[in-house]
Amino acid sequence: MRILTLVRQVPDAEETIRIREGKVDLASSKLVVDTMDEYGIEQALRFREQGLAEEVVAVGVGPTRMQDALRTALAMGADRAIHVQTEVMLDPIALSKVIADLARAEAADLIFSGGQQADWDSHALGAAVAERLNWPQATWTNALELNGSTLKGRHDTDEGSETFELPLPAVVTTQQGLNEPRYPTVPNIMRAKKKEIRAVPLEPSSATPLALVTGSEIQVKARRNKILDGKDAAAAGRQLVELLRNEARVIQ
Amino acid sequence: MILIVAEQAGGQLSKSTLEMVTGARELHRDGPVTLLVLGANIAAAAAQAATFADQVLVADRPELAQYDAELWAAATAQIAREGEAHTILIAGDRAGREFSPRVAVKLEAALLEDVIGLRWTGSALVAQRYSFLARVTETVEAKSATAVVTVKPGAFSAAQPAAAAAEQFDVELELPARRLQVTGKAVEKTGRIALADASIVVAGGRGVGSPEAFTAQVEALADKLGAAVGATRAIVDAGWRPYAEQVGQTGKTVQPKLYVAVGISGAVQHLSGMNKSGCIVAINKDADAPIFKVADYGVVGDAAQIVPAMIAAL
Ligand SMILES: Cc1cc2nc3c(=O)[nH]c(=O)nc-3n(C[C@H](O)[C@H](O)[C@H](O)COP(=O)(O)OP(=O)(O)OC[C@H]3O[C@@H](n4cnc5c(N)ncnc54)[C@H](O)[C@@H]3O)c2cc1C
Ligand SMILES: Nc1ncnc2c1ncn2[C@@H]1O[C@H](COP(=O)(O)O)[C@@H](O)[C@H]1O
Repeated sequence: MRILTLVRQVPDAEETIRIREGKVDLASSKLVVDTMDEYGIEQALRFREQGLAEEVVAVGVGPTRMQDALRTALAMGADRAIHVQTEVMLDPIALSKVIADLARAEAADLIFSGGQQADWDSHALGAAVAERLNWPQATWTNALELNGSTLKGRHDTDEGSETFELPLPAVVTTQQGLNEPRYPTVPNIMRAKKKEIRAVPLEPSSATPLALVTGSEIQVKARRNKILDGKDAAAAGRQLVELLRNEARVIQ
Repeated sequence: MILIVAEQAGGQLSKSTLEMVTGARELHRDGPVTLLVLGANIAAAAAQAATFADQVLVADRPELAQYDAELWAAATAQIAREGEAHTILIAGDRAGREFSPRVAVKLEAALLEDVIGLRWTGSALVAQRYSFLARVTETVEAKSATAVVTVKPGAFSAAQPAAAAAEQFDVELELPARRLQVTGKAVEKTGRIALADASIVVAGGRGVGSPEAFTAQVEALADKLGAAVGATRAIVDAGWRPYAEQVGQTGKTVQPKLYVAVGISGAVQHLSGMNKSGCIVAINKDADAPIFKVADYGVVGDAAQIVPAMIAAL
C-alpha cells in the first residue's frame, strides 16, 4: 500500500502577519509544516512501521520554498517527496485536481490531508480530492487504525464524536488528538538530505484558480485595554464588575 | 435560483439555516430563494421551511435519516443542477464544511468557505472570510458562474418567518450507497448553555491551577453570569475539561458579547476562536501575557483571589 501525505507550509504561529498591497506578505516570515499535516505524516509512518504500508510519499504544491516543508516530512521519515512547482495560489477545488491526478499516477491507496490549517483556515482539500477520485472520506479524524483494507477510527462531528469504518482507498483529514507527531532526529535530518524530492511543473491547464483572493486586511478591533492591578483582590473584583455593568454594559 | 441546504433536527430548522435565508435575501439575485430539506420524517421541518423560503424542496427518505457527506453532496448537486442554481448556501459547521467541497467538485464550481459576508456585484460573487487564524480578513471572488458557499454561523441575523407559506415540492433523488459506516456516537451534553449560543462565555486555562479550582472558580462564575464554559487546549489535553468546551483553532469559534478569560495566556490558536468577541476580560497574574493585548478589561492578579472577588461583587 502507498500513502500520500499532503504538506502545506504556513507561517509559524509566533510570526507577526504583515500585509503589503492587499496581500499577506510572507517573504520574511518563518514558515513551518502545518501542525495538522504533521498528524497525517505521523499516522502514515506508524502504518508503515506496523507493516501495513510500503511507502509514504509527501506531496506539496507551491513555490520553491515548499521544498523546506517537504524536507521536514522526509526528516520525520517519509520515503520520498513530490513537489508540484507553481507560484499560483490555487484554491482547494482547483488544487484537488492536481492532487487527484497525482494520486492516480502514484497508485495511492490512502491520502492524509490536514484539517483546518493555520493560514487559509480552510477544510476543503481532503473532501474535494476524495470526490475527484470517487473515494470515501473521513474528516476531523482523531483516532485511526487499519485492519486489512478497512479503516476504523473516530472523528469529531457537530454533536460530539462518532466511531466509523471506511473501506480503502480513502481520504482522511486529521484533527488534534490523532497522535503525537515525532520530532526529526539529527541522523534522520542527515538521511533526509539524500532522499528524493521530485520536482514537477504544474500543468498549465491546472493552473486556473476557481476562487481568487482579491484583498487582505488586518482589522484590529479597538479594545479599551483598561488593566487593573489585582493586589487588592476585593477592590479589583468590585471595580471590574462595576465597569462591566456601567461602562461596557454587558452584564446586569 | 439560490439553493439553501437546510439543517434540521427534531422537526426544527437550525439557527444557521435561518441565518442563511437572510444571507440569500440580502444578495438580491434573480430566482427564488429555495430551501432543500433532506432527512427522514421531516414534514414538520419542511412546513417550517415554507414560512422562510420562496419554495421548499423536500426529500423525505429513510436513507437520509442520518447525515452522510456523500449522500448530502449527491443530493445537493443534483438539485442544484436541475434547478440551475447559481448560488448554493451550506452551513459552515463541521458537516457543511465536509460535504460542500464535494458539491463544488461535482458542479465545477468555486467554493467560498466559512464566509462572514457575501455580495453580488452584478457580475461576480464576492465573499469575506477570516484567514491566518482569524487575524486577516480576506476578500475572495468566485471565478465561476456557479458558486458553493459555506456560511459561518452567526454571520447573518436569523430571518423572520413570513405570514404565508411557500409551496413545497417532493423531489426524486438518485443517491449513492453509504461507504462510511457510523458504528457509534457520543453526544456531548454538558447540561449547560452551549458555547455557540451563549452571549457570555467564561473560559479557563492552565492558570486556573487544577480541575477542582476550575469548578470552584470558572464554573461558579459562569453559573453566576448564566454563561457557557470554555477551556483552552492545554487543559483539554490534560484531561481537566471535555473537548466540547475547547475554544480555538481546533475547537470552537465563539463570538459572545462578553468573554472572560481566566488564567489563559492568549496563544494565537486560542485567540483565533474568540478574538471577535464583543468585550474581552482577562484575568492573569502575568502582566505581559498576550491575552491582555486583546482585552477590554484586565486584572493582573491571582485568579484564585480575583474570581471569588468578582463573584462576591455580582
Ligand atoms: C495546531 C494547534 C492547534 C491549537 N489549537 C488550540 C485551540 O483550539 N485552543 C487553544 O486554547 N489552544 C490551542 N492550541 C494550543 C495553544 O498554542 C496554547 O498552548 C494553549 O492555548 C495554552 O493554554 P493556556 O493558556 O491554558 O496555558 P498557558 O499558555 O500555560 O497559560 C497559562 C496562563 O495562566 C497564567 N497564570 C498562571 N497562574 C495563574 C494564576 N494563579 N492566576 C492567574 N493567571 C495565572 C499564566 O501567566 C499564563 O499566562 C493549539 C496549538 C496548535 C499547535
Ligand atoms: N499547496 C498544497 N500542497 C499540498 N497540500 C496542501 C496544499 N494546500 C493544502 N494542502 C493540504 O490540504 C490541507 C487543508 O487545506 P485546504 O483544503 O486548503 O483546507 C492542508 O493541511 C494540507 O494537508
